[in-house]
Amino acid sequence: MIETLQSYASGTLLLLGCFFMLTGAVGVLRFPDFYSRMHAAGITDTLSTLLIISGLMLTAGWSLALFKLALIMLFIFFTSPTASHALARSAQLSALRLPQIPAEPAAPQVSSSSTRADRSSDAEPEAADSTRV
Amino acid sequence: MLNATLIALLVVMTLALIRAVKGPTIHDRILAVNMFGTKTVLLIAVICFTFGEPEYLDIAIVYALINFVSVVGVLRYFEFRKRHGESATEVTGD
Repeated sequence: MIETLQSYASGTLLLLGCFFMLTGAVGVLRFPDFYSRMHAAGITDTLSTLLIISGLMLTAGWSLALFKLALIMLFIFFTSPTASHALARSAQLSALRLPQIPAEPAAPQVSSSSTRADRSSDAEPEAADSTRV
Repeated sequence: MLNATLIALLVVMTLALIRAVKGPTIHDRILAVNMFGTKTVLLIAVICFTFGEPEYLDIAIVYALINFVSVVGVLRYFEFRKRHGESATEVTGD
C-alpha cells in the first residue's frame, strides 16, 4: 500500500517536472529577447529540478542515494540563481542592455510606434558610462 | 515513468542545443549551455535509477559543481573582454 502510494507520488512529481522542463525549453527557444529567455530558463530550471529530484528521492527511499540527491538539490539551488545573476550582470555590463525608459513622460505628438525608436536612441549615450555598476 | 523522464530530458537538451547554436549573442549561448549542464545533472541522476545503480550519483554531484564554475569563468572572461573593448574605443575616440 505504502509502496504503491510512493510510486504514484513519484510518478506525479516526475511528470510535473517534465512538464515545467519542456515549457522552459520551449520558452528559451521561442522568446524574442535575451532577458525574457533568461526569465524562462531561470524559473523553470529551479522548479523542474526540485520536482524531478523529489520524485527520484521518493523512488530511492531511505538510503545513501537520498542524501546524495539532497546534496545535488542543494548545489543546484545555490548555483542556479547565482549563475542567472552573473549572466544578467554580465549582459548588462556588455553591449546587451535593457532599453532605457525615458525620464519625462512622452510628448503628446509622439505616436506609440515611435517610442521604441526613442528608447533605443536614448540608450545610446548611456552605453558610454560602463563604470556605473 | 523514469523512461518518460529520460525522453523529456533528451528533448529539452536538444532544444537547448538548438538555442546554443542559433543564439544571436554570446549570452544566449552561455544561457543555453548552462541549462544544458543543469539538465545533464538531472539526466545522470535519472539514468542511475533507470539502471538501478545509485553509486553513479557522485558523478552528478561533481558535474553540478563543474558546470557552475565553468559558466561563471566564461562569464567573467567575456565581461572583461567587453569592458576592455569599450574603454579602448573611448581612448581612440578622444
